[in-house]
Amino acid sequence: MGSLRSVRVTVDSGSCHGHQMCAIAAPEVFGSDDLGYATVLIDGDVPADLEKKVRRSEANCPERAIRIVD
Amino acid sequence: MGEQQRPVADLTTDYDIMDPGFVRDPFPAFDEIRESACPIAHTERWGGSWMPTRYEDIVAIAQEHETFTSRGILVMPPVPGAAEGAYGAVAAPPITSDPPDHHWHRRLILPVFSPQSVAKYEQGTRDLCNSLIDEFIGKGTADAAGDYAQHIPVRVIATMLGVPLEMETEFTSWVRGVLEQGMTDPELRQASRMNIIRFFVEQLEDRKRNPRENDLITDLLNAKVEGAVVDDIYVLGVCNLMLVAGVDTTWSAIGSTLWHMAQHPEHRRMLRERPELWPQAVEELLRVYAPVTMARIVDHDVEHQGCPMKAGDRVLMSFPAANRDPRQFERPDEVDFEREHNRHVAFGAGIHRCAGSNLARLELRVALQTWLERIPEFELVDPSSVTWAGGQVRGPRRCMVRFPTVATPA
Ligand code: HEM
Ligand code: SF4
Repeated sequence: MGSLRSVRVTVDSGSCHGHQMCAIAAPEVFGSDDLGYATVLIDGDVPADLEKKVRRSEANCPERAIRIVD
Repeated sequence: MGEQQRPVADLTTDYDIMDPGFVRDPFPAFDEIRESACPIAHTERWGGSWMPTRYEDIVAIAQEHETFTSRGILVMPPVPGAAEGAYGAVAAPPITSDPPDHHWHRRLILPVFSPQSVAKYEQGTRDLCNSLIDEFIGKGTADAAGDYAQHIPVRVIATMLGVPLEMETEFTSWVRGVLEQGMTDPELRQASRMNIIRFFVEQLEDRKRNPRENDLITDLLNAKVEGAVVDDIYVLGVCNLMLVAGVDTTWSAIGSTLWHMAQHPEHRRMLRERPELWPQAVEELLRVYAPVTMARIVDHDVEHQGCPMKAGDRVLMSFPAANRDPRQFERPDEVDFEREHNRHVAFGAGIHRCAGSNLARLELRVALQTWLERIPEFELVDPSSVTWAGGQVRGPRRCMVRFPTVATPA
């Protein structure tokens, strides 16, 4: 896999049901709106050192609502 | 009831969710059904139901709410006549609601359960846990389920609803009447339901006469949807649900995880040495010890994975079975706090995802942390004497542990 790269991440609000497992895995990247649905806290590229955590968020979302674009 | 006595002929065509062996440990049965030619089992017992055992099938049923409706969500058939009479129409929104009403039924309560909102209950929960431990720490032995876990969620919910904490014992027995003993005893189930409703009818009357500041029931009574104040029957239903959904479930999760910790010193040590693992450890424990099974009613005849499901059929969503499917989780029966892939569904999936999940997680984490700080070393007194409840909600009901009386500081 080699060195860390920066990635972009989005949440599909149609399939997010607010499990908050993304924010548990990567609190620097995901937050919650007033109703508990996921928000992305970072504008633009996710810093390379957070990539691992973001991948973990994706792998923990039961609704498969997280998209990572390399 | 005679149904329980007849031995199970074949798990895929005759499972019995109230069988004592299944209640104690359902996982061998789930595994057998899951790997058989018929991973969606069927039974005629207890009113008849289907029981998928694979993660993918269970999640699909939770997500396909148009085919699999929430007209009946208990694993047992409804009590005859319960929908008639004075309070017959009181349901448990949003858990018993289908779209389109489900949307506002859920939306109105979500703000009180966001991670930001539930954070304010952390300190109170910690104080409560400490005061429970004070009662037994000098004795060197305690019932982790009955002396500890059982008292935590009910008091947190009572605080949230602004109802008297002194009624804890009544609340617990009403909820167990609905979700545990009442499963095989329809009269008790109905009587318990009526006790809950009558109690909240009085609470609503009280809030109308004496509205309170920062009070959930007062706020719900004043809530408006499309310009109109919501009906009392909605508020009654929400209160009913918060008590029923918030107590047995979380208590069971706290009890099961303490039962686990009593047998796994290496996991206790890991959390002591690496406290940053706490959030994901809580998720892993929820995966392995998911307490809740919910049901759906089939809307129209469908063939689902080769099973001919008819309109009106009951389908069980065993989230405990989903969370142990080896197709989804490597080494599914192993507790691994460092698991990278954990799309567990202890809180369900789709539009009914547990609204209280952020509160439940907080309670579970604080209850375990406080116990492990005060009682770092403990073990089961006798593994065979632990008793379990099962069916709708799974967890230990009596779980004696022993520990050194002078607890060594962490
Ligand atoms: C570990 C503890 C808990 C577990 C495992 C759990 C599990 C679940 C599950 C599986 C559902 C989905 C029901 C369905 O699909 O039909 C659900 C719904 C719900 N739970 Fe929980 N629950 C827990 C604690 C709580 C707590 C503390 C509350 C707070 C009062 C709560 C309130 C709710 C509500 C309001 C719903 C209905 C959401 C909807 O239908 O939109 N739960 N819960
Ligand atoms: S884990 Fe998935 S469903 Fe849950 S809040 Fe995050 S994006 Fe939404």
